[in-house]
Amino acid sequence: MDMAIENGKEMRLMKGNEALAEAAFRAGMKAYFGYPITPQSEILEYLAFHAPEHPDVVVLQAESELAAINMVYGASGAGARVMTSSSSPGISLMQEGLSYMTSAHLPALIVNVQRGGPGLGTIQPSQSDYFQAVKGGGHGDYHLLVLAPASVQEMVDFVFEGFRLSEKYRNPVMILADGALGQMMEKVVLPPAGTLPKADVSWASTGKPAARERNIITSLFIQPEKMEMINLGLQEKYKKMESEIRYELIECNDAEIVLVAFGLTARICQKVIELGREKGIKIGLVRPITLFPFPYDILNRMADSVEAFLAVEMNAGQMLEDVRLAVNGKKPVHFYGRTGGMIPSPEEVLRKVGAIIERVLV
Amino acid sequence: MENVVTKNEMEIVYKKPKTITDTPMHYCPGCGHGVVHKILMEVIDELGIQDQTIGIAPVGCAVFAYDYMNIDMQEAAHGRASAVATGVRRVLPDKYVFSYQGDGDLAAIGTGETIHTVNRGENILMLFINNGIYGMTGGQMAPTSLIGMKTTTSPYGRDAAQVGNPIKITELIAQLPGAYYVTRQAVHTTQAVRKLKKAIETSFKYQKEKKGTCFIEVVSNCPSGWKMTPVEANVWLEKNMFPVYPLGDIKSPK
Ligand SMILES: Cc1ncc(C[n+]2csc(CCOP(=O)(O)OP(=O)(O)O)c2C)c(N)n1
Repeated sequence: MDMAIENGKEMRLMKGNEALAEAAFRAGMKAYFGYPITPQSEILEYLAFHAPEHPDVVVLQAESELAAINMVYGASGAGARVMTSSSSPGISLMQEGLSYMTSAHLPALIVNVQRGGPGLGTIQPSQSDYFQAVKGGGHGDYHLLVLAPASVQEMVDFVFEGFRLSEKYRNPVMILADGALGQMMEKVVLPPAGTLPKADVSWASTGKPAARERNIITSLFIQPEKMEMINLGLQEKYKKMESEIRYELIECNDAEIVLVAFGLTARICQKVIELGREKGIKIGLVRPITLFPFPYDILNRMADSVEAFLAVEMNAGQMLEDVRLAVNGKKPVHFYGRTGGMIPSPEEVLRKVGAIIERVLV
Repeated sequence: MENVVTKNEMEIVYKKPKTITDTPMHYCPGCGHGVVHKILMEVIDELGIQDQTIGIAPVGCAVFAYDYMNIDMQEAAHGRASAVATGVRRVLPDKYVFSYQGDGDLAAIGTGETIHTVNRGENILMLFINNGIYGMTGGQMAPTSLIGMKTTTSPYGRDAAQVGNPIKITELIAQLPGAYYVTRQAVHTTQAVRKLKKAIETSFKYQKEKKGTCFIEVVSNCPSGWKMTPVEANVWLEKNMFPVYPLGDIKSPK
């Protein structure tokens, strides 16, 4: 591993999965439970390899993703900073557990390094778990807070942010990455260990001292009146999460057509902007960073000044629906997507832009 | 002091342990769950480990165990109690951890977790209440239902050719090196209850010594699901359950 110290900061050339795993150690993760699946197995492998350097951190290969997420439930309920990672099929298996965790108000960091589906699909990168990630995924009215990294650096930074936000809201946070971000190598600055403060876990089940009431971790509230209160509380929490909305605007000031893309496709779209502007087409990009809560407002406001939007995704049009909700009919919202593990090239996206411009601008 | 029984004004002969809450139990008359809860909590009180014990409740009739047990608890998804217990155990290595599960929970939907938890030798107590039926959901066939047993989903009696034989999960897990102490007990007589209490005490002792998984099956009843009176159920249990699930230690350290 190449390493350099630049301005007192530790810089390395690392694979996304490995950088994320290293960040987890540095963010004070106390336990990790996971099950191997491509394209994210390097996370468990890296953690297992470096575990002896962190004797106070639990790294356990579970017998399945079902077991893994329920181990996460137990460890989180016992007050530990805990993470799991998987890829699409494994994340599907975790949905029941995630639903339980939101109802029981348990923090945890969940990493989905997506691959193409449906079914066993492909091991190539994809963004086709968007709906599952942002709309709930399992049963019941709940959401995860979803962060979408677009670089290896963000794979690192969002581990810290993810733990912090999950503990702040006592709700699982998902890092929604993809196989390319997991596998590609980039330069990263690694934050020092011990910078993320410990959370208050006075609610955790750690053994009841005589002086306090029992701490019960449960998602069962059999009286509908009580269950509705829990739901209202969750909705209030999701409303509060709107203060965490993050997005990046690139070349939007004079843009006539605005691309909307997250994660890897946002990287591709930056190239599209470059190619487009060389040809005199004023393209901008909105990159949602929090996918839940979604940056509806900025898109809605932008709809007053731009001619059209183009959602670009590695799926059949999932975030597209949120873009349409945001734009609310003010301007046309187009879509370009590739599925099944195919990555769109900047040229093919630009061709789509060209086709739209002929219709809209000319 | 309403729970105190006195022989005369001075001498207290029985007292509800502080590890049991005042919440009235929802269990049917004659059900074994309440007895197991009480014995388990008695042991925790007597060992003085209330402040160091975390229990995991299942999905099943015992889903509300945490309403009755005056200790910190977590309620797991159906079948996953031992995975949840693993999560707790791993991050709190010096506490006492137990899981409490029915037969559907432990030996059907949660079989994978059961086997792997024991195989890892997780240093926990797994309490397994075998009543041969799905009590909570209204008396459906369990993996442990006996051959010929009529349930709402085996209305003509359990047929081995169709659905296999009752699974003896306790014998199965006893084969695994991670299992340190494996025993099968009951709660249908006071003598049986005393033996169960001893088994629970022994398990917590081994847990303190970090010996690995202790596994106690309790052959219990389900008067409502079996459509019997409590007395009939206990007679039926001796006659029909014990031949398939014989009581006694299955694996005990030398
Ligand atoms: C995933 C899932 N599947 C099914 C159920 C419904 N369910 C609740 S309890 C139960 C069976 C419980 O039987 P057992 O474990 O034998 O415990 P008992 O109620 O007899 O004590 C079932 C099938 C559920 N809650 N979750």
